[in-house]
Amino acid sequence: MLHVAGVSGLTIIDQLPMLTIVVPMLAAPLCVLFGNRHIAWLLAFLASVFSFLFATHMLLQVMDGDVLSYHMGGWEPPLGIEYRIDAANAFMLFLISGISTIVLPYARRSVAHEIKKVSHTLFYCCYLLCFTGLLGVVATGDAFNIFVFLEISSLSTYVLIAMGAERDRRALTSAYDYLILGTIGATFFVIGIGFLYMATGTLNLADLSVRMANMEGNRTIQAAFAFIIVGMGLKAAIYPLHLWLPGAYTYAPSVVTTFLAATATKAAIYVLMRFMFSVYQPDFVFELHTLTWIIMPLAILAIFAASLIAIFQTDLKRLLAYSSVAQIGYMMLGIGLASKSSLSATIVHLFNHGITKAVLFMVVGAYVMRAGSSFANNLNGLGKQLPWTSAAFVIGGLSLIGVPGTAGFISKWMLIQSVLEADLWWLAIMLVISSLLAVIYIWKTVEVLYLKEPDVSTLAMKEVPLSMLLPIWILAIACIYFGLNTEWTLSMADVAAEGLLNGGGK
Amino acid sequence: MIDVISPAFYFLIASVIVAFLPHGVLRSALLLGTPIVAGLQILELPTGVGGAIELAGLTLETVRVDKLSIIFGLIFCFAAFIGNLYAIHVKDRIQQVAALAYAGSAVGAVFAGDLVTLFLFWEGTALTSVFLIWARQTEGAYHTGMRYLIIQIASGVILLGGVVMIYRETGSLAFEAMTLGSLATWFIFIAFGIKCAFPLLHNWVQDAYPASTITGMVILSSFTTKLAVYALARGFPGTELLIYIGAVMAVFPNFYAVIENDLRRVLAYSLNIQLGFMVVGIGVGTELALNGVAAHAVVHILYKALLLMAIGAVMFRTGKSKATELGGIGKSMPMTMMLCIIGAMAASAFPLFSGYASKSLITSGTSQAGHAGVWLALLFASAAALYHTGIKVPYAAFFAKDSGMRPREAPTHMLLAMSMTAFLCIAIGIYPDPLYALLPNAVDYTPYTMTHVIKQLQLLMFSALVFVVLMRIGLYPSEIKSVNLDTDVVYRRLLPRMITRLRNVISSLFMFGTWFAKGKAKKLVRALHNSHGPEGRMARVWPNGAMVMWIAIILTATLLVNFVR
Repeated sequence: MLHVAGVSGLTIIDQLPMLTIVVPMLAAPLCVLFGNRHIAWLLAFLASVFSFLFATHMLLQVMDGDVLSYHMGGWEPPLGIEYRIDAANAFMLFLISGISTIVLPYARRSVAHEIKKVSHTLFYCCYLLCFTGLLGVVATGDAFNIFVFLEISSLSTYVLIAMGAERDRRALTSAYDYLILGTIGATFFVIGIGFLYMATGTLNLADLSVRMANMEGNRTIQAAFAFIIVGMGLKAAIYPLHLWLPGAYTYAPSVVTTFLAATATKAAIYVLMRFMFSVYQPDFVFELHTLTWIIMPLAILAIFAASLIAIFQTDLKRLLAYSSVAQIGYMMLGIGLASKSSLSATIVHLFNHGITKAVLFMVVGAYVMRAGSSFANNLNGLGKQLPWTSAAFVIGGLSLIGVPGTAGFISKWMLIQSVLEADLWWLAIMLVISSLLAVIYIWKTVEVLYLKEPDVSTLAMKEVPLSMLLPIWILAIACIYFGLNTEWTLSMADVAAEGLLNGGGK
Repeated sequence: MIDVISPAFYFLIASVIVAFLPHGVLRSALLLGTPIVAGLQILELPTGVGGAIELAGLTLETVRVDKLSIIFGLIFCFAAFIGNLYAIHVKDRIQQVAALAYAGSAVGAVFAGDLVTLFLFWEGTALTSVFLIWARQTEGAYHTGMRYLIIQIASGVILLGGVVMIYRETGSLAFEAMTLGSLATWFIFIAFGIKCAFPLLHNWVQDAYPASTITGMVILSSFTTKLAVYALARGFPGTELLIYIGAVMAVFPNFYAVIENDLRRVLAYSLNIQLGFMVVGIGVGTELALNGVAAHAVVHILYKALLLMAIGAVMFRTGKSKATELGGIGKSMPMTMMLCIIGAMAASAFPLFSGYASKSLITSGTSQAGHAGVWLALLFASAAALYHTGIKVPYAAFFAKDSGMRPREAPTHMLLAMSMTAFLCIAIGIYPDPLYALLPNAVDYTPYTMTHVIKQLQLLMFSALVFVVLMRIGLYPSEIKSVNLDTDVVYRRLLPRMITRLRNVISSLFMFGTWFAKGKAKKLVRALHNSHGPEGRMARVWPNGAMVMWIAIILTATLLVNFVR
C-alpha cells in the first residue's frame, strides 16, 4: 500500500520522512551558534534520539511492505523531490539513527579525550551534518538528491577524519586522500546520474525504473550503470577501491571510526542495491554480467585478501578496518548472487555487522583512551585491567567470526544458504574457510589482551567510565540477542529484499 | 513431542553460577550437586523428541530420549560427579567452570536430536575442555592445548560442513543412522573419527591428555572420546569399515603402551585401545555388539577414571608419574594401591570385575558375526591390555624396585571418589543385570558360563605368565637395561629393538606427514606475510594515483562486460 503525504499533510506522523532528516540538519548550525560544547553535545544527542524515534515509527509503518511517499514542498514527483520510505531504507534509517544514538553518549568522554576542547562544537556540528547526509542518502527517492546528501556526508566526514590529527598527524593525509578519492567517486556517480537523465529525462528513482524498463540495449544506460557502480563502489569500499578506508578508519577519532564503520559504507551499499535491483531491472543481461564477472570475483577477493592483511596488522584499528573491507566482501557476494535470499542475507549482514563493528571499534576507542594508542604492543594484558571492556571485545569478536549464538552467525548462515541455493558448494566451503581467517585475527587480539603479561604501565589502568561502558554493552548484548532471536531481523530483511526487487513498491 | 529441557542446561547454568560464586561450601555443593540433579532428571525423561528451539528458521530438537542416549547421559553425569569430587580440593575457578561446562556440552551432545544441536555441543566440548589443559599453566601445556584445540575445532568445522551438505541433499537435519557414500556422510564420519581417535587421527589423545592437570585428565578421559563413540553408534552402526579401523586401533597402540615410561601416557594409549574395541562393536552393528559398545563405554569410563585417579593420587603426593621414578609406593599408600588394583582387574576383564561383563559382549558379538580375524586381534589386544594396563601400571607404581619414597595416603575426597568408582567396577562385574537392563537392545547373554569364564581365565593366566617370565629374565622393555651380556642377549635386545624399530618406522611416517604439512604451512605464512603483512604490497599505504588507476581499471572492466556480449 502506498501512503502519500506532502507539506500539507495533516498530522506530524505524515511529516516523519522529512523530519527525520531535517531535525539533525537544523541542529547542526545551532551547535555552532550556541558555541558551547556541552550544549552542542546535548543538541546532537537530542537530534539523534528524535531521528531514531521517527525512524522507528516509520519502520513499524512499513514493516508489512507498505511504502511511504513524501513530496518535498508539495511538488508532485517526478518533477518534485520525493522521499520514498520502504522496508529497505526504513531499516537503514533505523540502523543509522540507532547507532548514532548509542554512539553519542559514548562520544562525550571519548571526544573529550581525543579532541581539544575548542573544536568540540565544530566536531558535533560536522557529526550532525554527516549524520544528516547519511540519513538523506538513504531516505530520498531522487537520484540527484542522493548525490547532494552524499556530498554533505562526505565533506563533513573529511573534516571529522582530519580532527584525528590531535592524536596522530597522519589523520591529515588520510583525510586528504579520502577527499580526493571520495570526490572522484562522487563525480563518477554524478556522471552516471547525468547519463541516466540524458537517456530518460527524469531523476526520480521510481520513475527512472519505469522508463528504463525497455531500454536494455541503450548504451547510455549501460555506461551509466558502470559509472554508478564504480562511484558508489568507491564509497562502499569495494575491494580494490578500498584503499582510502584503512587510513581513514585508523587515524580518525575513535567515535568517528565507530560511526563511519557501522553506517557510512552501509549506506553506500544500500544505494548500490537500490540502483541495481530497483532502478535497473535485475534481469538486464549486462547487469547480470557485471554481477557475475565483476562484483562476485571482487567480493571473493575482498574476503580473502583483506582478511589475510588483517591477520598481519599490529594496529588494532587498522586490523578492524581491513576486516571491514572483508565483511563488505560478504555483503557484495550477497548482492552478486542476486537472488531474494542472498539479498536478504546482505541486508541482515548490513545490520549485524553494523552493530558488531560498532562494539569492536568502541572497545578500541576505550583502549585508546586508557593505553593512549591502539597498537597491539601497548595492549598487553589489558583484559585484566579493563575486564568489562575486554569481555565486550570478545563478544564482538565472536560475532565477527560468526560463532553460533551471535548475530554474525545468522548473517553468515543466511549467506551460505543462499550460496548453496545457487548450487555453488565450492563457494560455501570457501566461506567457511574464510571464517577461520577471522578466527586467527580475533584470537591474535584476544591473546594480546588476556594471555600476555601486562606491562608496568598497564597495571595502573582502570576501567573506562560508565558512560562509555554502557553503550558498548548495549550493543554487545544486541550482538547476542540478534544471534538468538532472529525473527525480527530476518523477517525485516525478507520484506526489504522483496521491496528492493519490486522496485520499491511500484 | 515431549516438553522437557535438555539436561545439558543444568550444567551450563551451574557453570555460569560457579563462575561468580566465591570459593567455599556453596561452590563445592554446586559442583557435586549439578551432576546428581541432571542424572536424576535423565532418569525421569520420557522417551521421545522435544525441547524444540527456533534458530534462524530451523527447529532444533535439543532433547532426544531413547535408551542409547540415556545410558550415555547417565554415565556422563556420574563421571562428572566423580571427577568433581576427586578435584574438590582444586581452587582454580577456571577449571571448575570448564569441567561443568564440558560435562554439560557432552551431555547436551548425547541428547541432541538434530545435527545442528550436535554440532553446537560438539564445539562446546572442544572449547571448554581445552581450559583443563591450559590450567597447568606451563608453556608446554599452552602449546599442547593449542594443538588440541585446533584439532578439536577442525573436527567441528568438518562436521558443520557435512551437516550443511546433508541439509542440502535431504532437507532434513535429523541425526539418524547414515550410510557412508556421499561426500556429506564422509565429512561427518571423519569429524567423528577425529574425536574418536581413529588411527592416524589419534595423536591428540596421547599428546594432550597427559599434558593436562592431574584432575583434568580424569575428567578429559571420560567425555570427548566416548561422545564420539556415541555419535558413531548413533550415526554409523553396522558400517563395515569401522570393524577394520577398530581392529587397528585395538592392536597397534599396544606397542607404544608397552614401552611407554610415563604411566599417564600408558593409560592414554590404553584408552585408545579400548576405543578400538568399541569401534569394532559399532562396525559389527548387531544388537549384541551394540549392547557391548554401550556397556563397554560405561565400564571403560569407570575403570579408566579409577586408574587415572589412582595414578593421579600418586602424582599428587609424589609429583612423579614415570614408571622408572616410581615403585614401592604401595607400602605407604595401601588404600590407593588396593583401588588401583581393582581398576586394573576391571581393565583386564577378570571374571567378577566389570570389564569382563562388557568386553565379552563385544568379542562374542564379533565372533558371532563371523569376523574371525578381527576376533583374534581383539583377543590379542585383551591379552596385551592385561600386560600393560592390568599389570604394568599398578606394578610399576606400587611394587617394583623401591624408589624410597614414602608419601602419605591420598586425601580423603580422592579415596572417596575412587572407592565409589571401584565399588561400581566390582558391582557390575558380580551382578551385571542392572547395567544390561539399561542397554539399548534386549540382552540375551549370560557372562558367567563355564566356557566363558575358563576361556577368559586361560587368556589372563597366559598373559600373566608371559609377564612373570619376562620379569624374571629381566626382559620387560621398560625396565632399566642391565649391563651383563649373556646368552639371552638375543632375546633381551631383539624384542625391544623390534618394537622400537616398528614404532620408529610408524611414527616417522606420521612425523613426515605432519612435518611436510608444517613446512608447507610455514612457507605459506611467510609468503603471505611478505605480500599481506604490514610492509607487504597489499597492505601498504598506496598513493592516490594507484587508487585512481584501480578506479579506471574497474570502470573499464565494467564497461567492457556491459558492452561486450
